[in-house]
This record gives sequence, structure tokens and C-alpha cells, in this order.
Amino acid sequence: MAIPARSFANAVVLGVAGRLDQDNCDAFRAELMVHVERSAREGGVAILDLGGLEYVSSAGLRCFMLASRQAKSQHGRIFVAALQPMVAEIFEISHFNLVFQVFPTVREALAAASSEAAVAFDRA
Amino acid sequence: MRIRFWGTRGSIPVALTSFDIRDKLARALVEASGRTFANYEEAHAFAATELDFSITHTFGGHTPCVELDLGGEEYFVCDMGSGARPFGVHVLARQARRPATVNVFMSHVHWDHIMGFPFFGPAYVPGTKIRIHSCHDVCEQAFRLQQAAPCFPVDFSQLAASIEFVRLVPDQPNEISGLTVTPHLQLHSGDSYGFRFEKDGKRVVYSTDSEHKLENRAEAESFAAFFRDADVVIFDAMYALADAISVKADWGHSSNIVGVELCQMAGARHLVLFHHEPANDDATLDGLLKEARRFEELTRSGNPLKVSAAYDGLEIEP
Repeated sequence: MAIPARSFANAVVLGVAGRLDQDNCDAFRAELMVHVERSAREGGVAILDLGGLEYVSSAGLRCFMLASRQAKSQHGRIFVAALQPMVAEIFEISHFNLVFQVFPTVREALAAASSEAAVAFDRA
Repeated sequence: MRIRFWGTRGSIPVALTSFDIRDKLARALVEASGRTFANYEEAHAFAATELDFSITHTFGGHTPCVELDLGGEEYFVCDMGSGARPFGVHVLARQARRPATVNVFMSHVHWDHIMGFPFFGPAYVPGTKIRIHSCHDVCEQAFRLQQAAPCFPVDFSQLAASIEFVRLVPDQPNEISGLTVTPHLQLHSGDSYGFRFEKDGKRVVYSTDSEHKLENRAEAESFAAFFRDADVVIFDAMYALADAISVKADWGHSSNIVGVELCQMAGARHLVLFHHEPANDDATLDGLLKEARRFEELTRSGNPLKVSAAYDGLEIEP
């Protein structure tokens, strides 16, 4: 499962779209871990842009949890941004909003990552 | 068939404290502000109809003990947690000195699921028959061990009832006094077993102390088949999902969210959240219930799934 990635200074924005559930979570997790591991190794921040994500099941949420653990184990950071209302509500219901730093927009997540990342985003 | 919940808390019994009671009273008084009640009945009616569950009730309470009342002479009960004590009082009162026959189904023998048996009154009544059904070969050993000196003053061998241990085989249906009972292996330290009960077209599943590995599709489908078309699924919803798959992963328990997902896969009609975390107060448990109900609404694709949270004293007619 291809995850489009865009780099802005020390941050990488990973686009997550469609439905994420038991049918595709294995492929998604494998791809996500590659990005998160690389970002953490480089001391950066991985930002999950969930603007295109329509639905996420518990199996999909587990992928995010594993990615968070991976980042933390390497002293990296991972943010989520731009959640659609339904996904935002699922994050709250499952208490994932207590695990992740959640930002209304990708721009705000980048600004939390570094001022350089926000400037790079504005110039792009 | 009627389901009575005598014990619904996980791990260890929990009692309301004086602080909790004062808090509920204060909240009730605030809600009643400006109103007057001529007598106790008017005040009781106000409490029963206008106050929130979290003010007028408590989830309790005792550790797992759930009765299936089939309307016949024999008793059927899942687990012998501390709820077995009030269940025993109920049996003795109903029997009015006649010896009872009690069929017990043990999910597993961790302490919170057996601790009520030494206080189960009918065990001390001559003529009482108790059949303890389990898939564990250590079941009898565990029951005897907890009543051995120096842990308890009455040794198991001194109990007056006739007590028989019956070994069940997983996934094999058994006809037990007119009830069809099928055990199913669950993921829990030392293994646990869920039970699917069927009688007269009604299906009830008791599935506690069971962790679900979300990445394992075969496991999810296996439980969806076990829960298939159930009228009621009593489900281990000890944690919120984020806790269940992070700090409390591999602790052998599940979440409200996974309960909703599995019941939706199974086409079940009523999910009952069970085995409540002892650290959670009534307001927290009420929040977990509301979150599960909202998740069900958000993810519903077929018939609605009713979602409840078990509490000591709850009765359900499937």
C-alpha cells in the first residue's frame, strides 16, 4: 500500500486516504513503518495527514499505535493532522487523542515540528 | 430465559466509598434544586426518572458471576466471583430449604472468578448438587486450594453439598439439563473459555477475560462465528481501545470498541460491556458506555446493535 510522502525540512508528511481496516492494515503498517523508522532515524517528525481518511477500524488504529511506539523507541516524534469529523470522533472514542498530538491542519502540525518545516510548507 | 448479573467487576471487588456516596447525594441535591417533595415516594420517583444513571446507580461491585434463569428447577451460572455470595442468598431464599441443583460454567480459575465460592451458601446445604463445568484440568485443584488452610477456615472437603467437576471439550456442544453449551478457547494467561448458550431459539454468549489480537483476521472471524446471531453477548470490555493495545497489551482483556466491531461482524443484537476495570469510577464507566454507543452509530451498516454496560443487579430478557 503506497503512502505518498512529502518532506518539509525535518518533517515528512505521510498521506493516508480511503478506509483503513483489517483488509488492508497489514500492507499499510509495513509501508508506514518504513517511513516512520527513517524519519525517527534522521531525528525528524512524521506527520500523518489523515485528511483523506474516511474510516479507521480498531485494526487500523493499531497500526498508528505501532508507528507511535516505533517512533518513541527511536526518540522520534509522530503527529496526526487534518482528521475528518468522523475519524476525529473515532480518535476521541478510542482515546487515541490521548496518545497522539492531534492538529487541525497539516500546516499547524508542521509548525509544531519546527519553524523551518512550516516555512518550507509555505514556500511549496 | 433471563440473565441476572450478580458480579460485573474485573480483577477485584470494588465498593462505593463514603466519598462516592456524598458525591452522588450532592449531585442529586443540585439536580433537585428548587424542587420540593411531599414524601419519600415523590422523591424516589424523581430519582428514578429524572436523575442520571451515574447518580442513582453504581456499576458495582462484585467480581464475575452471571446467572441464566431458564425458568426451571435447576440453576445455571457463569463463574464464581464474589457475586456468588448474593447469588447464593438468592438461591437459598428461592429454594426455601429444598436442596438446589446448580450448574456452574467456569471461564477460568483466576482468583476473581472463584473467590465467591467459599461464601456460596448452597455449598453448605446437604442435598445440594453442584456441577462445576470447565475446560481446565486444574479447575478442581484451584477450588480446593483456595479453601485449604491457612487461607480459609472451612476446607473444601467439609462442604455439605455434592460437588462434581465436569470437564468440557472446546468447540463441542453439550446438552446440559436442556441447555446447549459450547465452550470456545480465548486468549488469556493460562487460557480462558467463553460459553455460547442456546435454548428455545435464544442465544447468549458469555465471553470474559479474552484479549483479541486485531491483526489476526482468522481470530476475528472465529469469534464472529462464536458470537453469530447472538441475542446477547457479555463481553470483556475492561479498557478503552488505546489502553488495551498499548500499556495493557497482553494483559488478557479487551475493549468496548472491539466488542462493538466483533458483534457487528457477528450480527449480534445486544452487546453488554462486562468485567469493568476496578480503577474506573461510575462516571468513567458511563463514559465508556456512551463512547461504545456512539462508535456503534458511526460504524453501523446493518441492524442496530444495542449496547449496555453490566452492573450488579442488572437483569436482561434476551
